Amino acid sequence: MSDAHITQDTEGEHDNAYAGLLGNDAHWAFGTDFEDPLAGVDTTIPDGVDASELAQYCLMLGDDALVYAQRLSEWTSRAPDLEEDIAIANIALDLVGQARLLLARAAAADPALVPSLPEGSPVPDEDRLAYFRDAGAFRNVRLAEQPNGDFAELIARLLVMSTWRLAIFQRLVDHQDAVVAAIAAKGVKELAYHRDFAGRWFVTLARGTGESHRRLTDAMRTVWPLIPELTASTETESRVGVDPATLADEIGVVLDQVLAVAGITAPETPGLAGVRGRTGRHGMHSEALSRLLAEMQVVARAHPMGRW
Amino acid sequence: MMTTLETTAVQRARAIASEVTDPELPMLTLADLGVLRDVAVEDDGTIVVAITPTYSGCPAMATMRDDLVHRLTGAGFESVRVRVQLSPPWTTDWITDDGRKALADNGISPPGVAPRGPVMLSLTPTRRAIQCPQCGSGDTEVTSEFGSTACKALYRCRACGDPFDHIKEH
Repeated sequence: MSDAHITQDTEGEHDNAYAGLLGNDAHWAFGTDFEDPLAGVDTTIPDGVDASELAQYCLMLGDDALVYAQRLSEWTSRAPDLEEDIAIANIALDLVGQARLLLARAAAADPALVPSLPEGSPVPDEDRLAYFRDAGAFRNVRLAEQPNGDFAELIARLLVMSTWRLAIFQRLVDHQDAVVAAIAAKGVKELAYHRDFAGRWFVTLARGTGESHRRLTDAMRTVWPLIPELTASTETESRVGVDPATLADEIGVVLDQVLAVAGITAPETPGLAGVRGRTGRHGMHSEALSRLLAEMQVVARAHPMGRW
Repeated sequence: MMTTLETTAVQRARAIASEVTDPELPMLTLADLGVLRDVAVEDDGTIVVAITPTYSGCPAMATMRDDLVHRLTGAGFESVRVRVQLSPPWTTDWITDDGRKALADNGISPPGVAPRGPVMLSLTPTRRAIQCPQCGSGDTEVTSEFGSTACKALYRCRACGDPFDHIKEH
């Protein structure tokens, strides 16, 4: 989340090969100090907006981006070629950036959400939210957390995720909260680029070889059952953000357009059920999220006093 | 109303801040890149510099901030603060003419006009009329819509064979 260079405390620095590097940010490519990503931004809650509900909403959108970015980053060095590897890493980076801003916004709106760490811990709020919550406290949709499949699965999921998120962000550019509105306005441009990338590859795979077509069809059977969750209303989203149910038509139109050009039909699969009506937005996740978080959080949790 | 002294301080601070270069595109100043949004002075003499991120996840923001603080404190300003300005969002249209020339002179193809209005789905590769910054040929092709940093796409010149970076319209 923040710039990832660990530094140790200065005790015994004569034995530390890195001692000479510490304390001077100029030695690092991107600095080492913590800085609020919303430094100087007015985070006053606008009239008529419930601060705790706004924070919950920012957690949802932030967790979608964070968890999905973690999945995408697992592709690094595994893509079919270098260009695609770089593209996927770039997309993950955009999403981490969105997550960082949204989690910082959530923490500013409702500090009670932020996990507490030992006195004097320098870990910033957005990192506490990212690294020190358990799976049940995450509010991402389950599509974000699914284990990676092959390249066709990557493309099918990216098409759906970016189409859905773009539809949300386009509506949030007029949000009452100026911070959310600004994050959305920036994100729209990034997400439009992600959607085009996924859409082009989707068409390429569908119209490529028999094998690429077969793989894409298989991928759609694993991704499509998770679409209904994306457009299911929750009270928080409807009240303080965008009611997901209002997005269904637009998402359908975009996906139909891509599928038509690709010459492929959507699978007729039932939506993945929740548990007694609870899904990702309620903290009910698949087992895959716990494993993803274990890997993502293990180092941060081992060093609650660490500087990164 | 600012006093003459404050006006002079702001002008001097702005001149210094304007010369700080981008960590990833060192041929560009932050002013030429369009990320330097404002330089102001507070009542207590603190210089407040506003910068805006190019992309949400741009990792160069921390370095820009540190460079600004180092340069301004090095020039004698005792108190310097850098604030993030999220709105309006950065666009490549803010890259100055000098900046575009500096990019081209350094082998990087400058961006065209950024798209505006409704976001359209585009299922065919983006068509850009781009000249190779090495040999000037217009016979170029995109090799990847994503490049070594968030703001670039990768191109290749069919005439001279050289690969080059293009700053994406954003």
